[in-house]
Amino acid sequence: MSTDLRGEKQLRRRRRIWTYTAMTALAAFFLFPLVFMFVSSLKPDGQILSDVSSLRAFLPVGDISLDNYAGVFDRVPVARFLFNSVLVTVLVVGLGLVVNSMAGFALSRLRWRGRGLVLALVIATLIVPFETIAVPMVYWVSQLPTLVWEDGLLKYDFGWLNSYHVQIVPFIANAFSIFLFTQYFSTIPKSLDEAARIDGAGWFTIYRRIIVPLAGPAFATVAILTFLPAWNQYLWPLMVVQQEELRPVMVGMQYFFQLNTAWGEVMAYTSLITLPVLVVFLSFQRAFVSSVAASGVKG
Amino acid sequence: MTLTHTAPTERPAAGRQQSRRRRAAAGRREQRAGLTMAAPALILLLLFLVVPVLLAFGLSFTNARLISPNPPRFVGLDNFVRAFTADPTFLRSTLNTFVFAAVIVPVQAGLGLALAVLVNQKIRGVTAFRVIFFVPVVTSIVVVSILWKFMYQDDGLINSFINTVTFGAWQGTAWLNNPSTALGAIIVLSIWQAVGFHMLIWLSGLQTIPEELYEAARMDGASPWQQFTNVTWPGLRSTMVFVLVTITIAALGLFVQVDVMTQGGPVNSTTTLVYHAVRKGYREQETGYGATISLIFFVIVLVIALIQRRLTRDED
Repeated sequence: MSTDLRGEKQLRRRRRIWTYTAMTALAAFFLFPLVFMFVSSLKPDGQILSDVSSLRAFLPVGDISLDNYAGVFDRVPVARFLFNSVLVTVLVVGLGLVVNSMAGFALSRLRWRGRGLVLALVIATLIVPFETIAVPMVYWVSQLPTLVWEDGLLKYDFGWLNSYHVQIVPFIANAFSIFLFTQYFSTIPKSLDEAARIDGAGWFTIYRRIIVPLAGPAFATVAILTFLPAWNQYLWPLMVVQQEELRPVMVGMQYFFQLNTAWGEVMAYTSLITLPVLVVFLSFQRAFVSSVAASGVKG
Repeated sequence: MTLTHTAPTERPAAGRQQSRRRRAAAGRREQRAGLTMAAPALILLLLFLVVPVLLAFGLSFTNARLISPNPPRFVGLDNFVRAFTADPTFLRSTLNTFVFAAVIVPVQAGLGLALAVLVNQKIRGVTAFRVIFFVPVVTSIVVVSILWKFMYQDDGLINSFINTVTFGAWQGTAWLNNPSTALGAIIVLSIWQAVGFHMLIWLSGLQTIPEELYEAARMDGASPWQQFTNVTWPGLRSTMVFVLVTITIAALGLFVQVDVMTQGGPVNSTTTLVYHAVRKGYREQETGYGATISLIFFVIVLVIALIQRRLTRDED
């Protein structure tokens, strides 16, 4: 009996050692490019290339400085790119939370004619990948009317290209966000609404005062799931924004990358725009993980 | 409605009528509130999703150009004929897209599941590993593409690593400049970047399987592998559908890696459907033809998603 137990204990320990070895090797596989990127951003070009053949590629040793970062700021308006991306991301996520949660509220808690049809439509649009509509949409937004402020006069013009709103407005409404809100809201007991209505509350008040405060996790999930694509936007701004002042970070980086083969500076740029996201991720990693999990639960 | 039935009969008719009117007014208010609150999202979805989908249909039968003084002219099926008979790059793009998806879907789903099983164990420090495996997912694919382009160079990190582990036997190759390795190189980095996402999806599926089932299996003397095939796998069916569909749709939409790393080359070995649609419809301003390619891409996505759903449902 005791030898049997000891044998099992040994087996379990061996399995645990194996697990840790595998996980460590995988961790190295997932981290090495990023470590290499951060470390290289601190080195002069010649040293990056000569360090590649040894483990020094992953160590901040030798001629370490922030010169590459200074170089990036000298060469391109990267602060402006960062501002543009933050602005677009904050507005897409923020307005998206309001617009999509109101729609989710209407679809999950109110009875109105057309609701079933709308819900079916929202679910049907989940399957449309953005890539299929990107090209026709460029054509479409280039024809949309817009108001421009010119010589102190408000003028009417056509074309949304080269603007902030063309980067924001098309991405506020999101079928998947509406779907998540609808699902979450329908788990909140309906009796709360009825009680509030007996007290004379209107529907918007019920949404504002009762549902929103109770739906914190749904808001966090949607915020996280819409934050990453908004920050990482590439294909769309590549096509609709030509002016340098309006470029978001990803497109700005691609242009910088094309005109510059100084790898140290390129690595400094990529590090610069990766770090903020990593910091956000690591500080909210629990929420990130549960958001991604929530996005898969519906199957 | 039940209220009217249970209302005491001796109640004056006027009061009953009044309450009915009040309820009708409440219904109207609810109707109005529902429409108003859904309206902003609905209008935006209509403008920036439904209209572009319809436009993709409409424009594919025209010769529309992005910037042109002439209005689009109806050209029938010309664009479709051109795609399938006169545009070898389109055919190559379709083939590459399928090859990419055919490799990515099983490999990424399988690796994701293996990772999920690995980090589903109750051992110390496992959360840290989950976070580490997920880090590439929050890294922008543009950043990842630039970084790997550097590593894939002739004198880059990948070659020097292979050279080290083979004790100098490896000559090195510029992975992205070689038509026979470029697509494979893109496949590797794509999996590296995205597999952590599907690990988490699998993991949430794994955690819905009750622990008692494993205990029962262990009592019956099931080996870890038997536990996996008899308990874990059957419990993951709906997760599997979701994972397969999302990976397939993402894989078919391959664009950024190609745009940043290879621009479709060398000799069209990495051009994809979306890349070709953007090249034609945007860079060369042939909106009509670009819409045609987008539409074909959409139909492919739709058909594959439906087939996957049907196949996996029938197994139940």
